[in-house]
Amino acid sequence: MSSTFAGVLFIGSLIIVLGLTHRPLGDYMYRVYTSAKHNVVERFIYRLLGVQPDSEQRWSVYARSVLAFSLISVLFLYGLQRLQDKLFLSLGMAPVTDHTAWNTAISFVTNTNWQSYSGESTMGHLVQMSGLAVQNFVSAAVGMAIAIALVRGFARSKTEGLGNFWVDLVRGSIRILLPIAFVGAIVLVAGGLIQNFAGAHELTTLTGSPQAITGGPVASQEVIKELGNNGGGFYNTNSAHPFENATTWTNWFQIFLIFLIPFALPRTFGRMVGQVKQGYAILAVMVTLAVVSVVLLNVFELAGNATVPQAVGAAMEGKDVRFGVSNSATFAAATTLTSTGAVNSFHDSFTPLGGMMTMFNMMLGEVAPGGAGAGLYGMLVLAVITVFIAGLMVGRTPEYLGKKIGAREMKLASMYFLVTPTLVLLGTALAMGSPVQRASMLNSGPHGLSEVLYAFTSASNNNGSAFGGITVNTTWWDVATGLAMVFGRFLPIIFVLALAGSLVKQAPVPASAGTLPTHRPQFVGMVVGVTIIVVALTFLPALALGPLAEGIH
Amino acid sequence: MERLPSWVRQHLAALRALIVLTLILGAAYPLLVTGVAQAVFNGNANGSIIDKGGKPVGSALIGQKFTDADGNPVAKYFQSRPSAAGDGYDPTSTSASNLGPEDILDTLPVPGAKDDEGNPDEGKQSLLTQVCARSKAIGELDGVSGARPYCTPDGVGAVLKVFPAVGTVTRAVSVNQACPAAPFIATYQGVKVECGKPGEDYAAGRTVAVRGDAKAVVPADAVTASGSGLDPDISQAYAELQAPRVAKERGMPLEKVKQLITENTTGRFLGFMGDPAVNVLELNLALDRG
Repeated sequence: MSSTFAGVLFIGSLIIVLGLTHRPLGDYMYRVYTSAKHNVVERFIYRLLGVQPDSEQRWSVYARSVLAFSLISVLFLYGLQRLQDKLFLSLGMAPVTDHTAWNTAISFVTNTNWQSYSGESTMGHLVQMSGLAVQNFVSAAVGMAIAIALVRGFARSKTEGLGNFWVDLVRGSIRILLPIAFVGAIVLVAGGLIQNFAGAHELTTLTGSPQAITGGPVASQEVIKELGNNGGGFYNTNSAHPFENATTWTNWFQIFLIFLIPFALPRTFGRMVGQVKQGYAILAVMVTLAVVSVVLLNVFELAGNATVPQAVGAAMEGKDVRFGVSNSATFAAATTLTSTGAVNSFHDSFTPLGGMMTMFNMMLGEVAPGGAGAGLYGMLVLAVITVFIAGLMVGRTPEYLGKKIGAREMKLASMYFLVTPTLVLLGTALAMGSPVQRASMLNSGPHGLSEVLYAFTSASNNNGSAFGGITVNTTWWDVATGLAMVFGRFLPIIFVLALAGSLVKQAPVPASAGTLPTHRPQFVGMVVGVTIIVVALTFLPALALGPLAEGIH
Repeated sequence: MERLPSWVRQHLAALRALIVLTLILGAAYPLLVTGVAQAVFNGNANGSIIDKGGKPVGSALIGQKFTDADGNPVAKYFQSRPSAAGDGYDPTSTSASNLGPEDILDTLPVPGAKDDEGNPDEGKQSLLTQVCARSKAIGELDGVSGARPYCTPDGVGAVLKVFPAVGTVTRAVSVNQACPAAPFIATYQGVKVECGKPGEDYAAGRTVAVRGDAKAVVPADAVTASGSGLDPDISQAYAELQAPRVAKERGMPLEKVKQLITENTTGRFLGFMGDPAVNVLELNLALDRG
């Protein structure tokens, strides 16, 4: 079998299995988020928290709860890193430096998992397991909660309540993420991932030199890293490291985990608004964009159009033999189409156009299918923008799922979409304007600009992957990317919740002959078009100076 | 509690939520996974360590270098891929090279010059030159051609800077070949090609990479650094290239060595996942067993 054909089957098998799982999982998540019952464990937890699980929160209260939880999380994670040498399981690692600890705390709380540190030489097992991995769970649960709150905005009418954040957080963590993670972790250990509490222990290799074999609770963290679309590696080389991704099939399984929840959430959305076909329309937009992107990235990497890949004979720099070029490209597409940012190969050494696709995927706003929850709410905001543009074209009042899209809704949707381009372009411009920050680039010329553009695209979109050659463990970079992550995460969340608060108050408008049907292929095509046009108009100049300049001779 | 302002209550609830969830997700969950993993998949959970004569010599999953104390390849062992992890295959410092696909211009070392720390200036090899140099070295070790497209016969990137950047060429320099090396081509568009002078700034010229007509014999994985820096595998092609050398060094029939390669090759899972790979440590251990 040729490598290319095997690569096609690899993609095809993922599509088939995700096609089988999205419906039962989507239905399960629908039940989790709409059930009125609390189980024994949850009732106990709510009592410990001191919250009334059945009280409904207005959008502003919901948003304040999200922010309070995130603030406490950042402080806790910062403290844990700074004090790791005083606690157990530190492996003798020093306290993490202040700016790195600050950046990392924000990075994991915002579901970004940007890493300006190297895991094996910076973080002890306690920080990894009880700090970083916990945020891998709860930051994903927060994203899903926001998405569900927005869906409630469409599903409910003439009320103020968007649900209860604490209930959504606990249920998302305990009922959805935890059981899948537990099973997935055991599956990964079966594939060869390690799960122990040992430090690095030295042995003597066959030719007599020392080699330190590292330990750690890797599998339990690896699974939630992919499932929660977090992406922060236990080790510096992330999912390329054999202890994080041991075999060809653990690689398949990790891509499957990355896509599992984001592709199931449209089903949950369809069930919650009582029109399953609306969910399918959203799913169709996501699948269309994802398939095109995966195929293009494979084509660019397999073609290997650049001087070094041509000299080598394949784009193998930064890729491991067991994955090969095609499965590495598919992983790269999966990790940037979602907010994951894990890598099994190093994007900095990709072909110029292959590397550009990873950036373009993030610039789409990570909506195809996007991060756990974040993808769904991003895509729903795009749908709102699309009905507005369509309404302008035919001169009708735009409405979506029976809710009027008026001035307030459009302002919130527009502000949502202005956040990341502002952060990306401003951050890139500031870094490029300073000779000191420019010196962080490993590569020169257009590829150096790509490294900087990639860094801010990744941070602002809460992805976390990098053109890894760039040196970002300096105070300036830690502060700059940290701010990009905070604003890139929480401003959109506030706008989405405000949008939900405004929608939930409305009485539903009955569908009439003038209503734009939002479940037909025509609408799917329009959302795809709007997504690409908005992104292309915003980022094309920057891409032209970076990857396009490098890739087109 | 009820009398506290609402924002204080909110943050107290947040703190409690984080503590409770940390106990469940950050302590109970990983401990339970560890318990099950250690009980059911003990070898895997502890790093797939391989013993030789009762002593651990490595992990089946972690690549290692098969070089002597001076860093030269031990010829009786199959060689791993290049690695950017520390000094090579260092699990405490994993890394990829992160060099870009158009990283083709070297910085030539200036003889006699010192860097900031007072060490002799070593210049900087581009990714292309690293590829060319590795290809040449493997060619010499295994008695095959180390030639590649875009590489000079002396094993650096075949790259010219031509001047002026736009218009008729009046000057051409083979920038990666330090003087007094003979440039890989004598003339470019009728202009005599010069060798590269260390320390001279050629940035104003136009970069022209010259493909040449060489065909690569040394496989792609042999001349590139992996993503993990710990790649335990090489391609079947690279194993077959090394087989005659290893057979000769060991006085072993070539057929026997090839059979061991086959035995230590993992095919695509289910026939379509990943690429076939030869585990170098396991293959070398099998050779030692004879």
